[in-house]
Amino acid sequence: MTHSRLTDNFQGFGHKRFAELVAVPYDSIVCGKQVPDTANVTVDAMKDDGTVNRAALPAIFNPEDLHALETAMEVRDEYGGTVTVLSMGPPKAADVLRECLYRGVNRAILLTDRRAAASDTLATSYILSQAIRTIGRYDIVFCGRQAIDGDTAQVGPQCAEKLGIPQVTYLERVVGLTDDVARIRRNVGNGWEVVEVELPVLVTVLETANRPRPPAAKLVMRYKRAAVTAELAGRVKADMPDASDEDCRAEVDRRAEVLADSDLLVEQWDLERIGADLSRCGMAGSPTKVFRVQSIVLTKDDYTEVPPTEEGIRQMVHELITDRTLG
Amino acid sequence: MANFFLDNRDIQFLFEHIDLSELAKIQEEDTANGDADYVPIDEDDAVDNYRRVLEILGQIAAETIALNAEQIDREGNTLNDDGTVALHPLVRENLDLLTQADMMGFTLPRKYGGLNCPSLVYTMATEIISRADTSLMNMFGLQGIAETMHAFASQEIKDEFLPRFANGEVTGAMVLTEPDAGSDLQAVRLRAYQDEEGNWFLNGVKRFITNGCAEVLLTLARSEPDISDGRGLSLFVSERSERIRVRHLEDKLGIHGSPTCELVYDDLPARLIGERQRGLITYVLALMNGARVGVAAQSLGVAEAAYRLARTYAHTRQQFGGPIERLPAVAEMVTDMRIHIEAARALAYETSRVCDHGNNNLRILEWSTDLDKDEKKRRKQRSRALKRLNSMLTPMCKYYCSEMSCRVADNTVQILGGSGYMKDYAAERYLRDARITTIYEGTSQLQVVAAVRGVASGTFENFVKDFEEKDYQDPLLDELKQKLIEAREQIIQAIAFIKTQSTSYLDLAGRRLVDSAIAVIVGHLFLGQGTACDRKKRVARRFIETQMAVLRMNCEQILAGDTAAMDEYEILAGPVPTTD
Repeated sequence: MTHSRLTDNFQGFGHKRFAELVAVPYDSIVCGKQVPDTANVTVDAMKDDGTVNRAALPAIFNPEDLHALETAMEVRDEYGGTVTVLSMGPPKAADVLRECLYRGVNRAILLTDRRAAASDTLATSYILSQAIRTIGRYDIVFCGRQAIDGDTAQVGPQCAEKLGIPQVTYLERVVGLTDDVARIRRNVGNGWEVVEVELPVLVTVLETANRPRPPAAKLVMRYKRAAVTAELAGRVKADMPDASDEDCRAEVDRRAEVLADSDLLVEQWDLERIGADLSRCGMAGSPTKVFRVQSIVLTKDDYTEVPPTEEGIRQMVHELITDRTLG
Repeated sequence: MANFFLDNRDIQFLFEHIDLSELAKIQEEDTANGDADYVPIDEDDAVDNYRRVLEILGQIAAETIALNAEQIDREGNTLNDDGTVALHPLVRENLDLLTQADMMGFTLPRKYGGLNCPSLVYTMATEIISRADTSLMNMFGLQGIAETMHAFASQEIKDEFLPRFANGEVTGAMVLTEPDAGSDLQAVRLRAYQDEEGNWFLNGVKRFITNGCAEVLLTLARSEPDISDGRGLSLFVSERSERIRVRHLEDKLGIHGSPTCELVYDDLPARLIGERQRGLITYVLALMNGARVGVAAQSLGVAEAAYRLARTYAHTRQQFGGPIERLPAVAEMVTDMRIHIEAARALAYETSRVCDHGNNNLRILEWSTDLDKDEKKRRKQRSRALKRLNSMLTPMCKYYCSEMSCRVADNTVQILGGSGYMKDYAAERYLRDARITTIYEGTSQLQVVAAVRGVASGTFENFVKDFEEKDYQDPLLDELKQKLIEAREQIIQAIAFIKTQSTSYLDLAGRRLVDSAIAVIVGHLFLGQGTACDRKKRVARRFIETQMAVLRMNCEQILAGDTAAMDEYEILAGPVPTTD
């Protein structure tokens, strides 16, 4: 789909192509992660070995990734093109892909491989960048700023480095796109700036960028049965506990074919598919080691009364600076 | 994540308790629904779809619409100088979200891009939306306009308009009321005339038109200048253009998000819906029946919102060393609020369920070409019976839900006390919003007039007979059923007495008679719910014990035959106040 429009948004920015007629559709890739809902943490949230106990936390679509998806969809709505969503995780992470299908993405890929488990940000960004290369053509990669489980905000930028493309972090709005240049407004903490960048580019998106669209009922009806092969394998195992491995495989194939016939089989990739160097994936490719995990419970045991005078306030500020709460 | 469907146990209970797969089956029976890539595989799949639709809607309602409601109430919509209306930006946002979620063609067939949901599910959806923002129901809940076009307009008009409703491009208005034609629509004067080529045009003024600034208007107009009553009226569809102007936006007590317009038609081009002269007597009556159930759902929604506020406040507000819910008077108010919401919901959902049977049966009768003679006859008979039942249940549920809603919202203000009277809490907004429900789409008094015929003519008796034959095999439920049977006998006695009186006595005794019949019907519905849930058994007991006492009082008053309100009106009502 292509259409022409006068890019009024570009006026005043002095770009050489400003106010030209454009007729360019843009292809986007969105990286979406399924995360434990850390907003509702219980005492079982952490396992003894310091990794997240995923079973004890409901899995949700990482909030900022949903905003990344919305930004990509808005670009498609305005300029045409496609949106491909890519998620790396266990088979259950296909939930995230279904949520994307409910919102109208063109293509969904689950990257799932046991050998990718326990990847830190370095290994993860390597795997994602390999997958993005495998997808091939793209103009913009959209990532959420950070995931609410690790809160590192590293994977997006690292991906850009590995892909050798420019990155724009803290995106608040795509101001406009012309040919191979994107104009992006990014939040710089105490204000914003508009930057111009050559495509392809990787951007990380903030929660303040937009309000994600709800799932569309008709797409839910259409795609609720969409699944990846790994999920089918799990279901077949549950349905036929006594069957041989061979029979199970045959049944998985049969079910996969039925889904594929209705265009409901979601693509599933492994590390071979993306030509990954195994030594850079999973535990082997992850230099980060969790040293210790502490559960910190903040308690209040005393209070200080500050007299509402200049001197009182000065004293309080001084104390806050001394104990490093301020400054 | 907040969700007004998933946090509402009673709606979810009814979703399970009512046989939705039966409704799904008849809903999908009709091949004219059209093919699409979202067709359900079977009934269970369709029911799963309904649940998912309500989950999406519940989340939008809780996470966006409810949060927008206060500001919309405060700021309202704006009338532009050129006679158009600018919706409040947050109203626009609400509608955009509902459109993105595919919620604007809720009951339309798939061939027009709709979801093909039964009207019962639509009633649930309308309730959920209204809990978030009562005024938004007047746009979301006006999908009956598309339904009416679907039922009666030509194929050409349907093809042109229905997909635009379903994809959210347009909303509709039902344009009926005029300054001198409110409850009495037979007095409508707005003129419809034809030019030499036969094109229709509309000229005149309409008043109090909900969403009158909509893109598509269904207008009731006098096409036969020589016939002065309802048979001279036809129904027309028009698109908004510069030939129609909003002259005035009403400044209302509540539902500020809903633009209520005075419209001036200046030779507005229009197209005839269906046949001439059937505008009021067939089409508008069908349209209003759906709209009445919609207002019932709206009433439920605002009552639910008010009840939740009151329940929380009664629990947290400390006075006399404890929460005020420990005070007997407050405990009883909160209990009765909840029970009466559940009672009204039971009646509204049952009405919708019966409507679904009626609508689908009619559709099959009209569209199927391969029905054999016996089947046709059977369906025609069923159609007549369902129509009779619907014309009793629909006004009953509109009347009962809206009156309940005002009472519950009023009690919420009372429970919050001084705080409830202040604008700091939503209580006063709920009360203002609820207040319209007993007025529009036919006042409570007119609903009673419509319902009482069914009660007095045997429809009520027939309807409850099936319930009375049930054997619950539960001592409490069977004992309660016996009380309902006795109550029904008292009602029959009261009806027999009314028939010995003057004809106007039926209208005078109408409210008491309809109240009594509703108590019995809801009592039976509660017994059915009691078989599936222990708490509902207790609800049934409490409801039946308290309401049967009221019923006895009502029947006693009817049997007293007192007509003083009419016979001694001048004396008892006092003289008309003079202005000097």
